[in-house]
Amino acid sequence: MRGKLFWIAAITVLAALPPVASALGEPFYIDLVRRIMILAIAAASLNLILGYGGMVSFGHAAYLGIGAYSVSILAFYGITSGWLQWAVAIGASALVALAIGAVSIRASGVYFIMITLAFTQMLYYLGISLEVFGGDDGMRLKAKSALPLVDLGDAVQFYYVALVLMITCVFIIFKITNSRFGMVLRASKSNEARSRAIGFSPYPYRLAAFVIAGAMCGLAGALYANHTNYIVPGFMSWVQSGDLMFMVILGGMGTTAGPMLGAFALLIVEEILKGWTEHWQLWLGPLLILSVLFFKRGLAGLLERRDA
Amino acid sequence: MTGTLVFEQLLNGLQYGVMLFLMAAGLTLVLGIMNMVNLAHGSLYMVGAYLAVAGTQWTGSYALGALIGFAGTLVVGMVVEVVALRALYQRDHLDQVLATFGLILFFNELVSMIWGRGSLYSALPAWLAGHVELFAGSRYPVYRLAVLGVGLLTAVILWYVVTRTRLGMLIRAGASNRTMVAALGVNIRLLYTVVFGFGAALAGLAGLMAGPIYAVQPGMGELILIQVFVVIVIGGIGSVRGALVGAIIVGVVDTLGRAFLKPLLATMLSPTAAEAAGPALASMLIYLLMAVVLAVKPAGLFQSR
Repeated sequence: MRGKLFWIAAITVLAALPPVASALGEPFYIDLVRRIMILAIAAASLNLILGYGGMVSFGHAAYLGIGAYSVSILAFYGITSGWLQWAVAIGASALVALAIGAVSIRASGVYFIMITLAFTQMLYYLGISLEVFGGDDGMRLKAKSALPLVDLGDAVQFYYVALVLMITCVFIIFKITNSRFGMVLRASKSNEARSRAIGFSPYPYRLAAFVIAGAMCGLAGALYANHTNYIVPGFMSWVQSGDLMFMVILGGMGTTAGPMLGAFALLIVEEILKGWTEHWQLWLGPLLILSVLFFKRGLAGLLERRDA
Repeated sequence: MTGTLVFEQLLNGLQYGVMLFLMAAGLTLVLGIMNMVNLAHGSLYMVGAYLAVAGTQWTGSYALGALIGFAGTLVVGMVVEVVALRALYQRDHLDQVLATFGLILFFNELVSMIWGRGSLYSALPAWLAGHVELFAGSRYPVYRLAVLGVGLLTAVILWYVVTRTRLGMLIRAGASNRTMVAALGVNIRLLYTVVFGFGAALAGLAGLMAGPIYAVQPGMGELILIQVFVVIVIGGIGSVRGALVGAIIVGVVDTLGRAFLKPLLATMLSPTAAEAAGPALASMLIYLLMAVVLAVKPAGLFQSR
């Protein structure tokens, strides 16, 4: 019941934000929350493999970058159809996730962390060395994705697109984790030996989850490119991957609302610290360490009972 | 001419390899014995580089600066271990990754507050700045040879400590079964601090030697750290021998790839295609190598447990 109330309240507040912010003459907040919602999609997708699947991927930013680069490269060659761009973003991310997942899921524990990180770094360097697409400096998005009915150039319309997609993605993850597939995934996280014993080989389930998560993060990347209007290899940097992980942990691993709450919490704290001091990372770092040490259940833990 | 060039690049590769080894040795021991993922290992490398540059400027002597860098990193490493990391040994890898990620943010920002965001370059003393003629027509920087020498010497010392001393015996025992070592009455806490300080000092050594070759800047540690991960994945966790072999392979492959892949491709592809594909492929080479090793040997070349 509390969960339902939370969702109604959250959606109402988010839906009411643009008119309120416009009325107050603070369009900055529309921009900020739109960015948070887009990254919340990425965090939600990471939660599927990290929170429910127990796969500590330290390279999830790769798919954010691939999604963004897909949109931007297509726009560079004059293809602006949003459907096509986003389909390519999702497809390309899924393919790369399939390749990276196929190699890294065979390994476990520390190896998995290091391998996902290393492959993402490889893509990051690839982005840097692609001189055609701006290399280190990145490239400007030539035109925003063209969609029927909505205009992404309009800040408020784009905001609602991001809101609807975020809710949809969170719902999809919710459905997946409560399906038979999701149950197997979660079972192989909580006790791999037992789930093997009852006849499930975790590998294909994990790989499928890895690919779904990558594809969804690719969509977030496509949105992110439209949001920032400028694509840099830094989208794929390990810092971005770490940020996404923190959103999931801060919000609560393996919870439906967690990644969203975490994205809001992390980015708002970042914004406050940035307004306060130039050296905000000096404070953010220790804050993150403390949250890991003492706030293990995450924000969603305050809200709903943990399913694990 | 070409032979000379290849030989020089091979030396460069070896020199980069021994630096990777200094980093990887500490990291792999900490991973193997404490089962601890320490992303902040790269920060210790950065701290070593900065302290050495600052020490050199302050004392006016390169040797004293290097000593300050080495000892300073040892102290910083031990303080970090006692203050922050000790609480993490019992946690899972995810917590360790996140907490040490927080440490990286902290250290990078601290360094840029003290020394600024720009790059620092450290000057070499006259006795290290020259070139030496290895054979006719080849002039190789003395400093890079010195780095190679120090790295190899450290590898030998490390081999001696790990295989021939009591401390090394405890380290190896700890890597294969730490509960048993603790049960036999070894002060495992002290052993952890010593090993961590040891690893930190090696990272500091790598950092202070990197100063005159690469730019000293905030975030320099993460660039090398991720390559060190590749080294450890290739070599196998907890194995110092694996770290050495992996580091040399990665150092040489990366250096030769960057130097020769473009001209090599140019002989097969059109010059423009080679111009575009060469650097891209060169920067991806070691990661592809890692993927191949993983496909053949998922636990690395030298599996310690």
